[in-house]
Amino acid sequence: MTHELPFAITLDPSTSLANKTGSWRTERPVYLDRLPPCNNACPAGENIQKWLFHAEEGDYEQAFQVIMEDNPMPGVMGRVCYHTCETACNRGQLDEPVAIHAIERFLGRMAFEKGWKPVMSAQDTGKRVLVVGAGPSGLSAAYHLRRFGHDVTIREAGPMAGGMMRFGIPKYRLPRDVLDYEIQRILDTGVKLELNTKVEDIEAAFADEGFDAVFVAVGAHLAKRIDIPAHAAGKILDAVSVLKEMESGGEPPKLGRRVIVYGGGNTAMDVARTAKRLGVDESMIVYRRSRKEMPAHDFEATEAEDEGVLMHWLRTIKDIDGTSVTVEKMVIDENGRPQPTGEFETIEADTLILALGQDVDTSFLEKVDGVEIARDGVVTVNKQMMTGRKGLFAGGDMVPAERTVTVGVGHGKKAARNIDAWLCGETYQASQKPELAAFENINPWYYDDAPQSKQDQLDPVRRQTGFEEVLKGLTEDNALYEARRCLSCGNCFECDNCYGICPDNAVVKLGPGNRFEFNYDYCKGCGLCALECPCGAIKMVKEGS
Amino acid sequence: MLKQLEGSAAVAQAVALCRPEVVCAYPITPQTHIVEGVGELVKSGELTNCEYINVESEFAALSVAIGASAGGARAYTATASQGLLFMAEAVYNASGLGLPIVMTLGNRAIGAPINIWNDHTDAMSMKDAGWIQLFAETNQEAADLHIQAFRLAEELSCPVMVCMDGFILTHAYERVDIPTQEEVDAFLPPYEPVQVLDPADPYSIGAMVGPEAFTEVRYLAHRKQLQALDLIPEIGSIFKDVFGRDSGGLVHPYRTDDAETIFVAMGSVNGTIKDVVDAERENGRKVGSVSICSFRPFPLEELRLALEGAKRIVVVEKSLAPGLGGVLASNVRMALREAPHPVHTVIAGLGGRPITMKGIAEVLQSAEAGTLPDVTFLSLEKAVVEREVARSADMRHSGPTAESILKAIQNRSAQERSNVS
Amino acid sequence: MSEETALQRVKFYQTGTHTVGNRLMDEEARSVQSSIDRSNAITSGHRACQGCGEALGARFALDAAMRSAEGNLVAVNATGCLEVFTTPYPETSWQVPWLHSLFGNAPAVATGVAAAMRRKGRAATKVIAQGGDGGTTDIGFGCLSGMFERNDDVLYICYDNQAYMNTGVQRSSATPPAARTATTPAVGDAPGNVFGTGKNMPLIAMAHNIPYVATATVADLHDLEVKVTRAMSMSGSRYIHVLVTCPLGWGSATNHTILLARLAVESGLFPLFEAEHGAVVRTQKIRRKVPVEDYLKLQKRFAHLFKKGAEDTDRIAAIQRMADANIDRFDLLGERTAP
Repeated sequence: MTHELPFAITLDPSTSLANKTGSWRTERPVYLDRLPPCNNACPAGENIQKWLFHAEEGDYEQAFQVIMEDNPMPGVMGRVCYHTCETACNRGQLDEPVAIHAIERFLGRMAFEKGWKPVMSAQDTGKRVLVVGAGPSGLSAAYHLRRFGHDVTIREAGPMAGGMMRFGIPKYRLPRDVLDYEIQRILDTGVKLELNTKVEDIEAAFADEGFDAVFVAVGAHLAKRIDIPAHAAGKILDAVSVLKEMESGGEPPKLGRRVIVYGGGNTAMDVARTAKRLGVDESMIVYRRSRKEMPAHDFEATEAEDEGVLMHWLRTIKDIDGTSVTVEKMVIDENGRPQPTGEFETIEADTLILALGQDVDTSFLEKVDGVEIARDGVVTVNKQMMTGRKGLFAGGDMVPAERTVTVGVGHGKKAARNIDAWLCGETYQASQKPELAAFENINPWYYDDAPQSKQDQLDPVRRQTGFEEVLKGLTEDNALYEARRCLSCGNCFECDNCYGICPDNAVVKLGPGNRFEFNYDYCKGCGLCALECPCGAIKMVKEGS
Repeated sequence: MLKQLEGSAAVAQAVALCRPEVVCAYPITPQTHIVEGVGELVKSGELTNCEYINVESEFAALSVAIGASAGGARAYTATASQGLLFMAEAVYNASGLGLPIVMTLGNRAIGAPINIWNDHTDAMSMKDAGWIQLFAETNQEAADLHIQAFRLAEELSCPVMVCMDGFILTHAYERVDIPTQEEVDAFLPPYEPVQVLDPADPYSIGAMVGPEAFTEVRYLAHRKQLQALDLIPEIGSIFKDVFGRDSGGLVHPYRTDDAETIFVAMGSVNGTIKDVVDAERENGRKVGSVSICSFRPFPLEELRLALEGAKRIVVVEKSLAPGLGGVLASNVRMALREAPHPVHTVIAGLGGRPITMKGIAEVLQSAEAGTLPDVTFLSLEKAVVEREVARSADMRHSGPTAESILKAIQNRSAQERSNVS
Repeated sequence: MSEETALQRVKFYQTGTHTVGNRLMDEEARSVQSSIDRSNAITSGHRACQGCGEALGARFALDAAMRSAEGNLVAVNATGCLEVFTTPYPETSWQVPWLHSLFGNAPAVATGVAAAMRRKGRAATKVIAQGGDGGTTDIGFGCLSGMFERNDDVLYICYDNQAYMNTGVQRSSATPPAARTATTPAVGDAPGNVFGTGKNMPLIAMAHNIPYVATATVADLHDLEVKVTRAMSMSGSRYIHVLVTCPLGWGSATNHTILLARLAVESGLFPLFEAEHGAVVRTQKIRRKVPVEDYLKLQKRFAHLFKKGAEDTDRIAAIQRMADANIDRFDLLGERTAP
């Protein structure tokens, strides 16, 4: 001030900063990161929201890198994961969930096109880990162990890596070039892969070869069978074998003109659809319960139906006489169980394929002291995924869990973390999960209306005649659009709302990527910021608490 | 340059010579000719760099001037009577904010009953509003006081009200010496505000001030007025140097040296009083007069000095404090609080009632005879008043007197009709 | 195709312009309030109540005006909450040159300031006058009308919180029907303010044929900023009427300030429109229509309408009819015009 202003009636600017109105407050706002429901639901533990955040900005490489912290196979996962994240997605309560799988798949493709590699920064530890089985769980474990700097060897009994991703999932759902590429990218991190090498003696691996830890994830490959009275031997196959044969590179299996697939799971659908593609006249599902109760995902049944697979719900097979299959009609009782009715029908079929589930081949573990095999044939592990044998860990389909690729990948990561801790003489402690970002925490007003972008599907006629991938990927525009449908539940996405709407200027903007902080000197605790935060990343807490 | 012109026109020309930058106009008799005159000068291009704003009320007129002054412009407006009351809130505000606005008050009575003629009730209503109030005795002084008022206002950061009697001055054609632009420019420097709305220095003007500082603010306003007591004569003396004539100042004593009776008055009535003084001096009476030019600040000391030799003081004033008597007289008594003189109050000229030499001379005689009451209403029609007093004692009606009289007449005729039937 | 062109082509921005900022949008398209460099015309330490809508609305408007005027702006303020809570001696919250004179004269004072700016060779300095609903629709009405009639070069912004809040919540001519105020208490046969009175200041402003009239609320910042910016680009008299929630006077939760302003718009009770030279040129359509109850129920000043077992359905219906009439009059659902 260069001159004397009139006393009291005229005041120098901003002098009110001396008045700390924060003393009025009875509640204070705090920023927090709530757990988004997608992340919470992801069996692979992906930080979905975080990679969507980067994808929203068009920073696909960063998005890819975030995925790679949890899952080394976005191209695979974007195709075969049953995306429980989308079921949990809060946007589903607004219009439709974010098509997370489609964006993940897009990012997988971008990584393929651009040749992006995961960031590997750990120093080599000198510790050696053996991974048994090159399925989703084993590959994932190997990758994550490698990221920790350990020396990893995978031994696979079969001729190719991929496990059920290759031998259980048909290529019209998962093209093999995608699978091969993503497996190779894992191997490129320095993971050693030994094919056609069945591990029979775990103790020898420890004792003779000097592995510091072993992770077994051999999957569940033994097809379950049931006894069906057969007067004249019909052709009976199991689903796992049929799908495996498809990958052997030889002649496809001979199935005749009419095929019955017995079972209602995803594998049953896969086999029925594979049969259709192999040119059978009639591919039929026979399942003892109704569509409502089937274990397969609804969309799989729908896609199968679209391709002409015939559904015989509420039927059990009673006997087979040559090509005549007798089925009994069932009804669902009040407990949801199928009950026989005594009514019978006959279906003509050249081949019966059993798709009744798989068991684990645990024979190689039986001689390992301390390993406990449960009654249903799976291996018991503790919270650290370790068996009763110190240093021997197990995961994937061979331990009690839902049997999906995503669960397997998640097991791989979890096992790797636990193995890493164990190798350091520690016990891995998962970080405390923050509170869930519920739909009630969201202020939906702020989000633009935007319906989900749909992936194109292959023409049904072509789906009946070949193994081309059914579901098409998103274009970049669509993927970007879809990523931007994310509500960012519970996590600040720097929309500036709190900064803009504070009547007391008590929010400090820290610049791009740095979010905001409250200036409690002036915050009066009105709560506007918390209520008007679109994503629920602010909550009010009692002052003094 | 000598000109024969209406008082309002003289003031308009004097104001224009002061290069006002914003002039707000709202019509009210009897000041209207002044703003009309300024408006014509602006419209004709004779007065350049001036915004002439026709507003919708006196309240707006002074408010626009407040904004203009705070914006750094030299601002002027004029009003009278009801108009001053309508802008009353802004009158206090302008002084409170220390804005050097100059306003002409064409003095006029205040209703009800509505009356467009001259007295000083309007000026007296705002006597404590924090403005400097100068009273012009003649049209020449009215013109001169405006030129001085801008300089005074701007040196003190205090608004100045130049009071001139409605009709008697505003509408009177007289010879007035209108100075040249060069003379005025030499006397009146450009306006340099102490505070101005400026994005480069963005302070807040017009804060709310509580008990902790309000007294100090008011004290400073008082002090500013006391400063004016020095500044007014100083400016008057500089004015004399530049323009060669006496105008303004605090008080104008006239033949007071050996006076036993001194009249005190403000404004044009001093002309009549001086004529009476001259005439009575011829008759050997020791009489003089003091014309008060600066009513606010009130020149207690100067007045005391001018009056101390007299035996009695007669204040002739054009305003009334009902229930008390004189407004000016009360102030004069304050100047003479330690002197033993009687101070008589003569309420005169209300609502334009002529003040004649005869009336003043009679007052002088009564005063000398010791028969002048403490408060006198000059040329009061006693018969009219007594009749109304008697009537209202007889019959009580609420409501205005005029209505009561009508009711009384109706009642009487009704009685008369019933007597006939 | 570069990444940038792809971003430009995809017009969907997650929250669009509903939020204050949006990191996905170009800097220029973001609001003034989202900027670290906003002028904060009213800074911290002011004494407005918690959740004050007027403190917010005034900062929104003045900051937008400051950007538009590139900082070359002066503000005039009528007496009222805004004046009192920003400038109690010895502290002011204003960071713009600011003048308070009286309750009823802000438009005239602004006229004077604008005239001074022209005469002092600072014609580029923009003048804004502001007041509450009392200062605008009641006591300052004459001065405002005069300012409009002369088409003085002033943007007048009314922060309408629908009563005299500063003096303790008394009725103004902007108080809505049925609202409880200290002078329209919630007692008797027809508790609260009467129906069929009040002034629609924006429409009255339009009747002066001034260059620009607009309504806005604190709930839609971008809309408000666009309107202020548009007004600032014009000369002559301009009027913006901003609905600002008053938690104290409305009896609402301090965190409902924006929600209530939004519901006022979405119910149709407070139509958003712009008019140029006396004719409506644009209206903001209702995005998600709500019944008036959604708006009324959150406010204690209307609590008597929702007494348990004695709901005043007739008067609620009457308020709904007012909303519907607005919707029809301003085509707020876009039924008459192509979206």
